[in-house]
Amino acid sequence: MSAIVKTVSAFMTVPMMIFGLYVILHGHLTPGGGFPGGAVMATAVAMLIAAFGLSQSDARKKDAFSLFESIGLLAFIAMAFVGLQSTFFANVLAGHGWIFGSSVSYGPNPGYLETGGVIPIMNFAVGIEVFAALSAVMLAIMLHRREKHD
Amino acid sequence: MAVLFYQHSAAFAVAVPLAAAFAVPLVAKLGKAARNAFVVLAVVFTQIMSWLMFQRSSAEGGFIYTLGASVPSLASPAGFPVRIVLHIDALSAFMAVISTTLAFVVSVYSFRYMKGRKSLDKYFALLLVMTAGMTGLVTTGDLFNMFVFLELLSVSSAGMIGYYGKGESAEAAFKYMTVSSIGALMVLFAAGMLYSQYNLLNIAGLADAIQFSFIDRIALVLLFAAFALKCGAVPMHMWVSDSYGEAPAPVSAFLVVASQAGLYALFRIAFTLFGGLSAAVMGWGMITLGMLSMFIGVTMAMFQKDIKRLMAYHAVSQTGYMLLGIGVGLAVLSSPVALETFGISAMEGGLFHVINHALYKGLLFLTAGAVIYRAGTRNLNNMSGLAHSMPVTTVLFIIGALSIAGLPPFNGFASKIVIYESVFMFNPLLSVIAMLVSILTLASFVKVFYSAFTGPADRSIKKAGEVPAVMWIPMGILAVLIIAFGLAPDTVMNLFVRPAVHALLNQAGYIGGVI
Repeated sequence: MSAIVKTVSAFMTVPMMIFGLYVILHGHLTPGGGFPGGAVMATAVAMLIAAFGLSQSDARKKDAFSLFESIGLLAFIAMAFVGLQSTFFANVLAGHGWIFGSSVSYGPNPGYLETGGVIPIMNFAVGIEVFAALSAVMLAIMLHRREKHD
Repeated sequence: MAVLFYQHSAAFAVAVPLAAAFAVPLVAKLGKAARNAFVVLAVVFTQIMSWLMFQRSSAEGGFIYTLGASVPSLASPAGFPVRIVLHIDALSAFMAVISTTLAFVVSVYSFRYMKGRKSLDKYFALLLVMTAGMTGLVTTGDLFNMFVFLELLSVSSAGMIGYYGKGESAEAAFKYMTVSSIGALMVLFAAGMLYSQYNLLNIAGLADAIQFSFIDRIALVLLFAAFALKCGAVPMHMWVSDSYGEAPAPVSAFLVVASQAGLYALFRIAFTLFGGLSAAVMGWGMITLGMLSMFIGVTMAMFQKDIKRLMAYHAVSQTGYMLLGIGVGLAVLSSPVALETFGISAMEGGLFHVINHALYKGLLFLTAGAVIYRAGTRNLNNMSGLAHSMPVTTVLFIIGALSIAGLPPFNGFASKIVIYESVFMFNPLLSVIAMLVSILTLASFVKVFYSAFTGPADRSIKKAGEVPAVMWIPMGILAVLIIAFGLAPDTVMNLFVRPAVHALLNQAGYIGGVI
């Protein structure tokens, strides 16, 4: 791709990643959450692949993404196991004042980020998983295509 | 600790194989031995949890586990069930025990059978996801989650069928995925139809509220067709031969129990959700599917040359027996006298056949795998005299073949005789056809035995010899169970099958567990 495309996409990567993180972080307050946020972040990877192409070393990056995929999934299910003192998936953090633990009053929600208990943490886990998995899939498809062309 | 496991057995049975599946790629970095040990550990743990579920559901007559609630039994905090509920009765636990038993056998067998193949980490991860899909499908008490677990099972199965990744195998996986997606969409659509009317997704809640409107009947047809498709009943059997035939042999054995999870869902829908609707029509529908599967399955199997395709058609045919047994019970559900005289025993035969089928068909697919492992071909015309070099496999094959044909003293006989006797009292013709199908089954397996195992030893088979012990021990476990079940059918019947049948008939108890 031309220098213009490369430069612009390099600049755009940062705001795209930040927007993805924003969608994940506010998943329990606004529309969105782990899955859409992770998908937004993976779009940045797609853009980078489109603009810069793939180099020889990118096959190893696929494995790194796969690793993060597993870690994201395990983090999600680990948060579910944390609830076992009452039931599986129980929200142990909500309303206990610790991380994400503020109680929410009834009525219109002013949008306090410090609420939701385990849900924002699970959103992060899903976000990592979706970002890593979609990136790995795109890399796999591109690498496969390049093998066919060679 | 034991109390913790007892109380949360249902959650563990679904969550542990799922978590283990995600962890397999990480554990595999420690080495192959560590990965194999980890897989076996996860499967054995899941099996123990299934046993705990069975024990508890027999003792308490079923229980619920509400995810995310403050107490596991709190399903309806606002007076109606809104939460994700796992609802376990004896039938669910019975199916979970069968699935996890096969999961154990198949995973041990796979260590050697699949050795040297690439991306085995993904193979074992998918195997565990399939296990989670099955335990989830049989324990869920929620129509939408039934769809979710069905999809989980379908997607992981498709990945396993297409494991070899080339030509026919990829084609079979694609076919399976397409067919399963259509089935799953029908389930989703039906769940939407019911939800739009009653604002409920919980099966017990729906069974309580359902009015059998015209839309409900459409939903019933969709659900019935989708789950009949998943269990491979004729005329929706076209995916069975391809998927079972092209998948690696241990996966074929595991797919047998995957189809039985579909069978469970079919029974649950027919008896629990639509139990109040004209049962005779549903029952005859199920009997018709059963008869068609039985007869068409076995006639298609007769002339197959591919050992695994042949067994796949027999799987279709044997599913027919289960549908026949349960269908007769369903057809006479509204007349207590008939139900008492022969209906219940027909259902007992049908459900007993489920566990027997999982055992002997699992064994047969694994022996087919052993043959393929040594002979390197699936074509019966290219095999000869394998009994000279593979005595153990030959004996195990004979046990499986005689059992599927319904000969005493093996377990296939034990369940088939119950089906014959009770169905004869319902309609003699059906029973006669069922016996005829058994004879054809025997004929077909005699053909396999003669062409593959007898005759002069084939010199062209380079790797001739018995399969290693890690492969025949899992098969041996199944063979021992087959003989044990055949010798002591009463014990098995009283211990496992009767509680499951009573749970299936006890619609009020199922509803009462939640409402």
